[in-house]
Amino acid sequence: MPTDPDSRSGGDSRLLTVTGLRKSFGSNHVLKSIDLAVDQGQVLVLIGPSGSGKTTVLRCLNGLEVPDGGTVAFSGGPTVDFGSPVPRRQLMALRDRSGMVFQHYNLFPHMTVLQNLIEGPVQVQKRPKAEVVREAEELLARVGLAGKRNDYPQQLSGGQQQRVGIVRALALRPSLLLFDEPTSALDPELVGEVLTVIKELAEEGWSMVMVTHELAFAREVASEVVFMDGGVVVERGHPDVVLRAPRQERTQQFVHRLLNPF
Amino acid sequence: MNVDWELFWASLWPITYYGLTGTIPLSLASFALGLLIALVVALMRISGNRFLAGAARAYVSVIRGTPLLVQLFVIFYGLPSVGVVIDPWPSAIIAFSLNVGGYAAEVIRAAILSVPKGQWEAGHTIGMSHGQTLQRIILPQAARVSVPPLSNTFISLVKDTSLASLILVTELFRQAQQIAAFSQEFMLLYLEAALVYWVFCLVLSSGQSYLERRLGRYAH
Repeated sequence: MPTDPDSRSGGDSRLLTVTGLRKSFGSNHVLKSIDLAVDQGQVLVLIGPSGSGKTTVLRCLNGLEVPDGGTVAFSGGPTVDFGSPVPRRQLMALRDRSGMVFQHYNLFPHMTVLQNLIEGPVQVQKRPKAEVVREAEELLARVGLAGKRNDYPQQLSGGQQQRVGIVRALALRPSLLLFDEPTSALDPELVGEVLTVIKELAEEGWSMVMVTHELAFAREVASEVVFMDGGVVVERGHPDVVLRAPRQERTQQFVHRLLNPF
Repeated sequence: MNVDWELFWASLWPITYYGLTGTIPLSLASFALGLLIALVVALMRISGNRFLAGAARAYVSVIRGTPLLVQLFVIFYGLPSVGVVIDPWPSAIIAFSLNVGGYAAEVIRAAILSVPKGQWEAGHTIGMSHGQTLQRIILPQAARVSVPPLSNTFISLVKDTSLASLILVTELFRQAQQIAAFSQEFMLLYLEAALVYWVFCLVLSSGQSYLERRLGRYAH
């Protein structure tokens, strides 16, 4: 179980390298050459106005979108070059490295909490069911949902559903966690319980890329903040710099608007 | 009108008997086959392949745009003239299942499309292939939505099987017809046939509520 950071990481080694990532939908150039790097145990936070391409970056990393160009490489794996058609097997291998948490949870409503968690490990990864169930129960207990294993998603609050969403990603034993605005769909009073779980995972050494509008959270947890606008990276750096004293005007405007909505 | 109760009671079992050995098995077999056809046709339509989608659309259009009776007659009375002779029972099953396939395909297609796109993505995200996601994530949810409309299709089918009497399949209605012709009690026998169909449909409808409850366990 990859919850012990020492078992996975070799200190500050590089986990993910993305270069020149491009993606268009028709004539809409959503990503115009994005470079990113994530070290083991690092938390990369993507911020930016809607339509800036942040979510598309995550979806490209998880294979939900196929980039038009650029390269993606995980440590220990091949460098996948999207400049030419990429074989399906390579895409699947890429997807295996990351676990995705969705804004709207996207839990399977016809399965219990436990079934949601073991579906991937048992059906896809073909791991022994008894072992997977034991691991899933431990994970559930860690996010405070031990008693909910036999509930259906609709019986849970939004915060509980998102914690199940996070655990579903963890159960796949990925090397990188991807969070796509994990608290945007939640009632305000439920945001805290989800952010707490994510923060604990970060402290345990999980590597993450997260799209969020929770700047206070980003300031506290992020190793690096990347501000995107119009499909390019406008500014990146330590959260204290990007969020408190941004150098670029567009970043200043965005951060100011988010902190002073009225 | 003087009701001949003796004839009513005497013919109740023969009519019911051919319902149980004719109407019901014909309905069940045609519906099962029809659902298989419908699933394939629905998947062809949403496959994104223009040739497959076009063929599926043409099939649905022909089935829904022509009378079931005509379809039945083409298969049983028409095909022999091109050298294809099919017995009454298989003819009926072929015609009815093709018919169910056309109608149910649209129901299943709509049900599949009603499952949110995020469910496909969640399936892919945990590493499932397209087929695995369809089978384990999408179809179970689509099944629940399609029970009420498919029950309608099934009930219609049960009644439509009376048309098989016209291609010499001995089922409920043909039995009633034969007794009526023999006894000349047309009103009594046809009302009696109607009564037995109605009871059959009542029983079958209760199966719908059971299925809805069972497939909808998770949605409270």
